[in-house]
Amino acid sequence: MTKLTSRLCCLLCVLSQNVNAEEALIAVATNFFNSAKQIESSFERSTQHQVTLVSGSTGKLYAQIRHGAPFDAFLAADQERPRLLEGSPFGVGNSRFTFAIGQLALASARPEHIKADAQESLRQRPNGPFAVANPALAPYGAASREALQSLQQWSALEGDIVLGESVGQTFAMVATGNVQFGIVALSQAMNPVHSNAVSYVRISTLLHESIRQDAVLLSHGKDNLAAREFLKFLRAEVTQALLLDSGYGVE
Amino acid sequence: MPDLAPLWLSLALAGVTTVVLLILGTPLAWWLAHTSSRIRPVIEAVTALPLVLPPTVLGFYFLIILGPGTTIGNFWVQVTGDALTFSFSGLVVASVVYSLPFMVQPLQSAFESMGRAPLEAAATLRASPLDAFFSVAVPLSRHGFVTAAVLTFAHTIGEFGVVLMVGGNIPGKTRVISIAIYEHVETLNYAAAHWLSAVLLVFAFTVLFLVYALKCRLAIRVG
Amino acid sequence: MSASNGKKLTIQSRIDYADFSLDIDNELQLKGVTGLFGPSGGGKSTLLRVIAGLNQNAGGQVSFAETDWQKESLFVPAHKRQVGYVFQDARLFEHLSVAGNLRFALDRSGPGEKNNSFDDVVDALDLHSLLNRGVAELSGGERQRVAIARTMLSQPELLLLDEPLAALDADRKREIYPTIAALPDRFGVPIIFVSHAVDEMAQLTESVVVLEAGRIVAEASTEKILSRDSLHGSIQAFEAMSVLDVTVVEQLESLHLVRVDHRGQSLTIPSHAGVQNGAALRLLVRAGDVVLATEKPQGLSVRNILSGTIIDIDLNPDSAFAVVSVDVDGTVINAQITNQAVQALNLQLGKNVYVLLKTASFDRPGA
Repeated sequence: MTKLTSRLCCLLCVLSQNVNAEEALIAVATNFFNSAKQIESSFERSTQHQVTLVSGSTGKLYAQIRHGAPFDAFLAADQERPRLLEGSPFGVGNSRFTFAIGQLALASARPEHIKADAQESLRQRPNGPFAVANPALAPYGAASREALQSLQQWSALEGDIVLGESVGQTFAMVATGNVQFGIVALSQAMNPVHSNAVSYVRISTLLHESIRQDAVLLSHGKDNLAAREFLKFLRAEVTQALLLDSGYGVE
Repeated sequence: MPDLAPLWLSLALAGVTTVVLLILGTPLAWWLAHTSSRIRPVIEAVTALPLVLPPTVLGFYFLIILGPGTTIGNFWVQVTGDALTFSFSGLVVASVVYSLPFMVQPLQSAFESMGRAPLEAAATLRASPLDAFFSVAVPLSRHGFVTAAVLTFAHTIGEFGVVLMVGGNIPGKTRVISIAIYEHVETLNYAAAHWLSAVLLVFAFTVLFLVYALKCRLAIRVG
Repeated sequence: MSASNGKKLTIQSRIDYADFSLDIDNELQLKGVTGLFGPSGGGKSTLLRVIAGLNQNAGGQVSFAETDWQKESLFVPAHKRQVGYVFQDARLFEHLSVAGNLRFALDRSGPGEKNNSFDDVVDALDLHSLLNRGVAELSGGERQRVAIARTMLSQPELLLLDEPLAALDADRKREIYPTIAALPDRFGVPIIFVSHAVDEMAQLTESVVVLEAGRIVAEASTEKILSRDSLHGSIQAFEAMSVLDVTVVEQLESLHLVRVDHRGQSLTIPSHAGVQNGAALRLLVRAGDVVLATEKPQGLSVRNILSGTIIDIDLNPDSAFAVVSVDVDGTVINAQITNQAVQALNLQLGKNVYVLLKTASFDRPGA
């Protein structure tokens, strides 16, 4: 009798655990990192999988993946890099999708510079440097330039433009008051930690091409259940609600 | 309280790198100090190269040369089962190259200023070259050793560009303190950045202070 | 204790440097203290380094007492040759105390009983009070004594001293002469003593090898070498000298003089600290300080008057001076006097003359 009981106990133990619980290493573009962390804890609560997030700039992460970095999935700041990976031996075909749509905000450390809308704020902007993420390096930077061009302000600003190496650096310049004005990600401007430091106004998404941020499954994580589930989780309702709250758009 | 794991990782990396460089750099510095070979200037220039090359450049080329698809990378995978890049061992290899001049140059200086005289005296007292090295050269150039070790250690703690490229920012393995601070800044967690930076500053200052204070003590003691 | 016939050192070496070359092909019999004398830059240190094995590119052959140290393709490295080398700059190890330096040598001198024991050597070089001192606190003379002691403790079969007294003043030199002179007998090791100072040669060596422009030009007993004949006038700033071995007989304390005996004849010289009756001294006489007289002089201040016979007259028609060699009880004293005086006094071989030596001439450094 005891033999059967112990066997039953074993069976129950095994069944109660999710024998498919796995670990995944996921590379995330730095500007999405904070949101990704929130999604991660939500994910780990509802599944048994463990996810470790690694942050970096999209460009560097791409280079590293191409040189054998052991990441299972990649959440980029643009579409280009995931597209390239999808078509290469490093990525898994047909696994790419847009997980978030980035938005821009005009921000300043001085509330008086922020008017009712972006256009008005720019017309009345103070003299001095204007910070923008480097369009060559950051998708948000390219979109910033597009928006300014749409508003006919790019050439007017030309001499005052200061380029941040990343949108994170751009935000730092603005938040510390080193630069009076700058364009940052809306998700950054909405970050509750900095609500006292930074005032902002949205920049309409009609003024620039969408900043579509794509995710892709990498060949290192081809058979990784945790990675696959995480990517699926990105499209779950609960995640979408979180993203909308954080200043992103969704598909 | 923010995670201190990056600090311990940085210390481990700096410690291992310093030990490896003491073992590899001492014979190199010794040879450079005493040789009259024609290729000496070539070797000296190569040793000093890491001073000149931008760290991110260095890191990028490590990525290319040491990745799992390359000869060296592949060999490493065969032997250890893990890739060399994006691992702690990979960081050690990169740090050893990156900090090489900081170990070799002070040692070479110390050996050169010691000159051949004490070694000749030791030889006439029946000390073999190896014996003379440990019983005469090392004690007489101990200041050089201390300087070299401290500089190497400090330089490796501050390493950023190389690790950024070749480390992969993996928590517990390659997310060293410099990267962690950078990440906090980039993700707008300034409070965490301040805290971690303060920890690093205090720690580094304490270590350096202790080393230099001990150095003075060593000098006063006779024999 | 020292070998009665001396030990044989064979050197055949040819080195070419940019500004000079060393060309030696000699066999030297080493007994007691042998001087290696010559002008600066003549190759003395180089020769020592070749013997010690510190010069890798020497080529040729070096053998000592039937042991080959260097021969054709064989090169015994310095640390395997039983040669001790005392450098001109002492080269004490600064990270060790005096005792530490001594033990460094003793620890590496090989197993078995030591011929030169720690206590013996410390005693011989009078280092008892210095043992715990740091190297930086020592004076020049103390450093050299420690260096010599250290080398002795490595039990060498041959000791090379490279101008060890160059940095010392006259008093210090005088103090250390007896110590060095006693080493071969006390410890049974022959010494090659390098110097360019004539007084050191005279005081310490039994035989001298002269090295000039990388070649051995003379090899003989100290007395012979110091007399002008053997040198062919080739060494500049060198004057003929004579050596007198005397014994102290009486202390004339109130006069600060000491009476010494040279084979039956008496001399007075200034007294120096620590000179006891019965002690053996070596006096140097510069030819220019010697006055000759054909009659025993009266009313002169000179107190030292020796008698002897002329055995050689060397006239130099191109200068004012001649050198007259006088045999005083078996020792040759050279006098530098004018050719004019030689003629005026009608000096000839075999003539008996008086040799006058001013007491003051024994009071100069190195005398």
